[in-house]
Amino acid sequence: MAELAEAARATKAWACYDCGKCTATCPISRAGADYSPRRHVLATNLGQRETILSNGTLSMCLTCSSCDRRCPAEVEYTPLVQKLRELSFREGVEPECPHGGSLQSVMRMMAAGKASQDRLGWLSPDLKVEPAKGEVFYWTGCTMYYDAFFPEFEVNTLGGTKAAVRLLNKLDICPVVSADERCCGHDLLWNGDVKSFEQLARHNVQLVADSGAETLVVSCAECVRTWTVDYERFFTGKPPKIMHMAEFLAERLGELEFKANGTRKVTYQDPCRLGRHLGVYDAPREVLEALPGVELTEMKHSGPAATCCAGGTWSNCDRFVKKIQVDRLREARATGADVLATACPKCQVHFRCTMRDPRLGEQINIEMRDVAELVADALA
Amino acid sequence: MSATRSGNSRPARKKAVPTAKGAAPTWNPNLVVFACNWCSYAGADTAGVSRIQHQPYFRLIRVMCSGRIQPGFVLRAFEKGADGVLVSGCHFGDCHYVNGNERAVEQFKKTMDVVKLLGIDEGRLRLEWISAAEGARFAQVINEFTDQVRALGPSPLSNGRQAADVPAVKGVAIDG
Repeated sequence: MAELAEAARATKAWACYDCGKCTATCPISRAGADYSPRRHVLATNLGQRETILSNGTLSMCLTCSSCDRRCPAEVEYTPLVQKLRELSFREGVEPECPHGGSLQSVMRMMAAGKASQDRLGWLSPDLKVEPAKGEVFYWTGCTMYYDAFFPEFEVNTLGGTKAAVRLLNKLDICPVVSADERCCGHDLLWNGDVKSFEQLARHNVQLVADSGAETLVVSCAECVRTWTVDYERFFTGKPPKIMHMAEFLAERLGELEFKANGTRKVTYQDPCRLGRHLGVYDAPREVLEALPGVELTEMKHSGPAATCCAGGTWSNCDRFVKKIQVDRLREARATGADVLATACPKCQVHFRCTMRDPRLGEQINIEMRDVAELVADALA
Repeated sequence: MSATRSGNSRPARKKAVPTAKGAAPTWNPNLVVFACNWCSYAGADTAGVSRIQHQPYFRLIRVMCSGRIQPGFVLRAFEKGADGVLVSGCHFGDCHYVNGNERAVEQFKKTMDVVKLLGIDEGRLRLEWISAAEGARFAQVINEFTDQVRALGPSPLSNGRQAADVPAVKGVAIDG
């Protein structure tokens, strides 16, 4: 009870006046699921612990933050879900991972940190990186794991990682890319496993602090949100300047030379972490628009209203999630774009999975690329 | 083994733990063995009823088909401190579900890739086809794998637990 009251205070849930805009906005509710953010807010306010823990819907939240933006009472539903899941995890109620818990196991093994990972196999000789110390730390995220884990979806999230290093090299930066990097803990945190998250956070914060880097460039929207928001309490000294690769590129665009290699129509998927969570909408668009031969078109829902890729945090995947993804890919196709660009490897994993649908395949297929990949391709 | 036996007399119970090359092991691994219901599990049974000796440092987990053994199973075993994981199923063409073992291969490949990324030695994970008739092969694979993992030492993720720490189950004798 006391925990719920504290959660209500911290997230302003008490201010809810039961208007239901959250539920009306929620992509999961709209897809037809028996899911209601309002019900969780209400149960929190009433201290109905059992309702929250027992009805099993807590893991359905995409944590996409759409409802937070619409709430007239400024209730922070997404942070509330984070707190409720933490409570739920402590009570032994874990989300059912769609991949049999594999990804959580991988993350927990990294949290235990006893084995030394072999995560830099993708580095080719033309990419110049520093192993431990430097001014710029490039945070790769777990793209090498995704590519290894989802070969059947033909994901190429490492493409974005490699392109990012290439671009940094082009800007005369030899970034630190560390073999000791571990999962940022984003998914474990949102699954409620705070203990493992804290282990990861401490290690990662120390790793970057030891590198002496002043800037941390991150390719993954989830990692950048975690570093910016959730790691805040772990920094001891001066924290590095944390930037998404797209923001970094937007700042340094003038230093890069491009050539047109054919005209391509591109549309951009706003990752929920980068957009609604951190408010970065313009930087990736500026970058894409600056590329010669790239014509940027917007989907029906874009910017703050963009639909989430619906797969976040590996805690749920059901027919409602699929519906959201299919609808989103149809929107992307409706723009007439050849390429769906994104700034988060997770968006790519989830959409590519959806594209495998044998009955819809041709209707929703679209090439997916990371923003950094498109920039690297346009280099003169 | 049974060649030396006569009548109903049972040989005196020897050392319960057969060791590799006769040397006393200083450390015994904790292994997890996944076996499909139709071939490999029955293969283990054949090894048992044939009284074939093999090293006992594994837990056998029966699943209906090797195709069921998704990366999550193996990764969870490693997460919980297993020193080695053996995945076994029917030979190609023998799968009770026609091609479940082909799926097992796909799953195994991805699992192996992730295991290598995590820094777990690839020698700790193995895939073998063992039919219901191959009791001797089951024993041989178990012995080989146990020795292989023993040579690698404890998994970096193990918590220092030893198979030998687990009390022997009463009434189960490993006769020579």
